[in-house]
Amino acid sequence: MAEGHEAGGHDDAHAHHPTAKTYLWTALFLTIVTIIEISAYYIKPWSESAIYIPSMLIMSAVKFGVVCAVYMHLKYDNKLFRNLFVGPLAIAIVTLTGLMFLFGKVAIQLSSSQ
Amino acid sequence: MSATAIEPTSHAHDAHAHHHTSTGLDSRKIAIWAFIGSECMLFVSLISTYLIYKGRSRVGPYPHEVWTDPATGHTFKAILNIPVTSFSTFVLLMSSLAMVLAHNAVVNRHVKRTTFMERLEGNSFFWLIATAILGTMFLMCQAYEFTSFVHEGLGLTTNLFSSSFFVLTGFHGAHVTAGVLWLVTLASIDKKRGLELKDALTVDMCALYWHFVDVVWIAIFVLLYLIK
Repeated sequence: MAEGHEAGGHDDAHAHHPTAKTYLWTALFLTIVTIIEISAYYIKPWSESAIYIPSMLIMSAVKFGVVCAVYMHLKYDNKLFRNLFVGPLAIAIVTLTGLMFLFGKVAIQLSSSQ
Repeated sequence: MSATAIEPTSHAHDAHAHHHTSTGLDSRKIAIWAFIGSECMLFVSLISTYLIYKGRSRVGPYPHEVWTDPATGHTFKAILNIPVTSFSTFVLLMSSLAMVLAHNAVVNRHVKRTTFMERLEGNSFFWLIATAILGTMFLMCQAYEFTSFVHEGLGLTTNLFSSSFFVLTGFHGAHVTAGVLWLVTLASIDKKRGLELKDALTVDMCALYWHFVDVVWIAIFVLLYLIK
């Protein structure tokens, strides 16, 4: 792999972006996590357990974060870009969570049944 | 690892000098991030709709369960095809890798490459076409999935699941189609005159859009297909 750093051509010209090797390792990581996700779907003890949905959401969130940080360069670019993305995303996720509570898809048990 | 970086071209700075704003950032890049932020809201609203309607369909076919039509006695199997969607998910992930390598090739135009692998790494046209082909493969998988659903009796208006599913995945497919057209345009420019360092931001904007389409699919794949 040829090494090189990004020079010019960007408003954030001094940002140090990863090399092709980093991108390949990232792709490998994403592939492994995806294989684990698909395997979990077919492994009955896992897919029928209480940890199935949280584990799938966590793995999905990790993949989401890695693509945003490395491929979309949010880890290396100006913070304004991060805010432009994370701000609306946070509002959307809060709205989604609120709707899930509102329509009874998610519930918090405040007291134990007598 | 043997390639060496020769002096970075300075004309890229000149080419972009007139784009500088009070933030010190290129307004086009701010615009694409603002657009992506608004797209987040669009897709989360569609995902919310799907999740709210999930499990509320009165008639089948259903995504993960077998359903027998009481009127005809016909049994419908679970409609989602996980192996095909897993393959298309892998294809989209690889397309993101190809896209980021295309961008990497353009921004590292100044790097002198000697070996075959290094020249391949620096060939932006190859990576742009590879991304477009992988995106097209994803769309073909989606077309196959939609066609098989319709053949199995699940149309757009069959039930709540089908309506919310087709609208969400259809919107995503439309975004992938737009991305493929953008990629083909960039590849044709690259073929015609070659993408230079001054074009890095143009490629970066396309790459950001493409990776966004990928991260949306990461969420859709888990929420629609893998969570029963």
